[in-house]
Amino acid sequence: MQAEYSAFIAAAYGISAVAILALFVWIFFDARAQRKALKGLEARGVRRRSDVAAPRNAESAR
Amino acid sequence: MTAMTDLSASAKPSRFSLLANPTRFLDLSGKVQPWLYGVALVAVAAGVFLGLTAPADYQQGATVEIMFIHVPFAWLAMMIWTVMSLSALGTLVWRHPLADVSIKAAAPIGAVFTALCLITGSIWGRPMWGTWWVWDARLTSVFVLFLMYLGLIALTRALEEPGKAARPAAILVLVGFVNIPIIKFSVDWWNTLHQPASVMRMGGPAMPAAYLTPLLVSAVGFTLLFFALHLTAMRTEILRRRVAALSRLAARRAEA
Repeated sequence: MQAEYSAFIAAAYGISAVAILALFVWIFFDARAQRKALKGLEARGVRRRSDVAAPRNAESAR
Repeated sequence: MTAMTDLSASAKPSRFSLLANPTRFLDLSGKVQPWLYGVALVAVAAGVFLGLTAPADYQQGATVEIMFIHVPFAWLAMMIWTVMSLSALGTLVWRHPLADVSIKAAAPIGAVFTALCLITGSIWGRPMWGTWWVWDARLTSVFVLFLMYLGLIALTRALEEPGKAARPAAILVLVGFVNIPIIKFSVDWWNTLHQPASVMRMGGPAMPAAYLTPLLVSAVGFTLLFFALHLTAMRTEILRRRVAALSRLAARRAEA
């Protein structure tokens, strides 16, 4: 009886693990892409007004 | 600590307005984030382990193991919409600058957990009910919730300028909130294949500790996991808006 259910249980856990992992990977890479884009802009000297007043604030001073 | 000193000179702002400052939010959330992921991971692992080693149910056999993920996903599907509804109030009533960021960041996470709730429920239903799907009150109302998540994702990403979709998105979230009590009480109001509530019910949980403990640990774990993912997605959304603003600024400078 257990064996005939194990495929259902494995499928439920497996699909959930894959979906949550994919969600995490997407969120992680999106975060990295935005951090990179912001660093790139700051490296080109484009800053927010609040950071122009205090340039020490910017972490990306090359 | 050092960052606090420049604030202490002026009148002390409330915690609410402190969090309204995106830069301060980025500082605080960055510190909380790794701990949240750590505790969530431990709790999910413990809940799933206890669940998979729980004794087989006398009626459902080993398929009861699906409950330890299916029920937390269902709980999250409703809780995330509720979190977004509170954020919607933040947008419409207080014009909190992070409220719209919260809604936009939460929607895809909510959609994934709602989809997983439907999928795991379907996989559980096949051996126990003899069918993958029925159009009854509980299943249909959760499916409608899933469609609302998809609609919200489309709306929050439809307009180029990020703040523009804030009000319509907040209104959609609040209108959609009527579905949450309908989902919760659908099993009491209508005839459905789905079993009635067995944890959050009058008279306390109707479940032995061998099932209730892993279920609660797993639910806490997935809830913390949502808040960790939500925090990361919110931080990213703040950065995305800065990138957009700076790109416009750079374009304007290039023209001048």
